Amino acid sequence: MAILALKDVVVRYGVGTDESVTALDGVSLTIEPGSFVVALGASGCGKTTLLNLMAGFLQPTSGSATLDGRPIEGPGSERGVVFQHGALMPWLNVIDNVAFGLRLKGMPRKGRYERARAMLRLVGLEGMEERRIWQLSGGMRQRVGVARALTADPDVLLMDEPLGALDALTREQMQELILDVWMRTRKSIFFITHGIDEAVFMAGKLLVMSPRPGRIVAAIDLEFGRQFTEGAKAGQIKAQPEFVAMRERVKEFVFSSHQLAEATL
Amino acid sequence: MSDVTRLASPEIDLSVPPLGARRLLGRRTYVAKVSLATCAAVVVLWWLAAWLEVVPAMFLPSPVAVTAKFFAVSSDGFQDATLSQHLLASVGRVIVALGGAIILGVVLGFAMHVSETARGVVEPLLEFYRPIPPLAYLPLVIIWFGIGELAKILVIFLGILPSIIIATNEGLTSVPHDTVNAARSLGATRLQVIQLVLLPHALPNIMTGTRIGLGTGWATLVAAELVAATRGLGFMIKGAADFLVTDVVILGILVIAAVAIVMELALRLIQRTLAPWQGHQ
Repeated sequence: MAILALKDVVVRYGVGTDESVTALDGVSLTIEPGSFVVALGASGCGKTTLLNLMAGFLQPTSGSATLDGRPIEGPGSERGVVFQHGALMPWLNVIDNVAFGLRLKGMPRKGRYERARAMLRLVGLEGMEERRIWQLSGGMRQRVGVARALTADPDVLLMDEPLGALDALTREQMQELILDVWMRTRKSIFFITHGIDEAVFMAGKLLVMSPRPGRIVAAIDLEFGRQFTEGAKAGQIKAQPEFVAMRERVKEFVFSSHQLAEATL
Repeated sequence: MSDVTRLASPEIDLSVPPLGARRLLGRRTYVAKVSLATCAAVVVLWWLAAWLEVVPAMFLPSPVAVTAKFFAVSSDGFQDATLSQHLLASVGRVIVALGGAIILGVVLGFAMHVSETARGVVEPLLEFYRPIPPLAYLPLVIIWFGIGELAKILVIFLGILPSIIIATNEGLTSVPHDTVNAARSLGATRLQVIQLVLLPHALPNIMTGTRIGLGTGWATLVAAELVAATRGLGFMIKGAADFLVTDVVILGILVIAAVAIVMELALRLIQRTLAPWQGHQ
C-alpha cells in the first residue's frame, strides 16, 4: 500500500501577472495506507487545488507531492478520482463506463466486464449494466463514478465533493455507502466536502482548511466513521453527545478561520 | 376569503398538465398535419393558377404537366440522359465531395484543437474563403483545374468544408475538462483521449456540421454543373431554361428538393443512432 504525501506545497495561479493568487500556502499532509482523510472548508480555500495536485492534474509552484517517495508528475491509474459531477461518458453505458480504465489497458472484454460487474455489485448497482448514463439519478451516477475509479484498482481514491450535488436523503445514503466501500476495499481515501456534519461523520483524519490563502488550520483524528464500519447505526452515532460536541467545535474552527481571513483582507 | 374557497373548490382543476411524451408526440403529429396541409395548399394554388391561366403555360406549367414530364424524362431522357442518369451524376458528385469534406474537415478540426500552429495556419485561410460565394470562385477553380469532374467536385467540396471544420472544432472545445481528466486519471494516453473521449464527444457536432454542409453542397451543385457538364440535375435545369422548357426546370427543382430531404432525414436517423445521448446531457 502506498503513502501519498505533500510537503510544504505552495500553489500560485497567474504567477508574474498583477492578478497572482496564492491558492495553497505551505500545506503538508500525509495519507497513510487505508486511512480516510477528509478536507473541510468553504469554497475558495484550495480543496480542489489540493486534490488536483494529488491526482497529478497540477504541479506545485514549490514544495513536493509524492507517492511512495516518487514525485507525482501526472495523472495515473494508481490514484483514482471521483468527480463532483460524475464526469461519466454519455456515449458509453454503465458497464462500459465502469470498465473504461481496463479498456485503456487493453484487457479483453470478458475480463473487464467481470471485474466491472464485481465493482457494480460493491456499489449496489447490479442489474444496471446496460443502462444509459442519462437514465440514472444523481446518486446512481456517483456510484458509477466510484465503481469506475475502483475498477482500475488504485492505491488511493481521491473524491472531489462527490456528494455536493445530491439531495439530503441520497447524500446520507451515499455517505454510508462510501464508508462501506472503504471498509471492504481498504483503500486510502481523500474526500473533499463543505458539509461539517458529513466531514465529522466520515473522517478518520479531518483537515480543516481556511481560505485566502488556502491553509490547513487544524488536523483532528476522529473515529465516528470507524464506529459505523464496525456496525453502529449512523443515526445513533450522530446523536451521541461526543459527535454533537465535536461538530460544534469543528464549526467554530471553520467560522473563526473564515473571520480571520476576512479580517486580513 | 371567498377567493380562497373558490381556489380550493374541487370543480377547478389547478393541476398543471404534465408535459409528458404523449403530449409532445401529440404536438408533433399536429405540426406534421399542418405541414402536410401547407404543402397540399401550395400544390392546389399552383394547379389553380395554371388552370385559370393566370400566367401563360410556357411560364407556369400545371402540376399535371410536370408530372407527365417526370415520366417522359424518366424513360426518354432530356438532353441525352434520362432523369435517373442526371440524378446519379449529381448525387455522385455531392457524395464524393461530402465524403472528402468530412474526412478533411474532421482532421483539420482536430488539428486546430490540439495544435496552436495548425489553428494559426487554418483559421485565416478558412475565414478568408468561407464568406465568398462559391459562384464567385468557380471561374478561378475552372481556370486552375479545367472543366472536368475534378473542378465540379472541388467547388462542392469547398462549399461543404467550412461547416464541418467549424462544427468539429466547436464539439471539441465543449469537451468538459473533468471528462478528459477522468480518462487521464484512469491511465489514458494522449492518443486514447483523442480516440475515446474527444472523438465520441464531438460526434454529434460533426453530424450537425455534416447536415448543414450538405445543404450548402446542394446549393453549390447547380452552379458547379452550369459549366461544361453533360449530365446532372443542375445541367438539366440550365439546359431546359435555355430553351424555355419550364416544366423540366420545375421538375429538376423538385427532384433536387426531394433528394436533399431524403439525405437530410437519413443523416438525422444516423445521428440519432450514433449519438443517442444528444439532448440528454
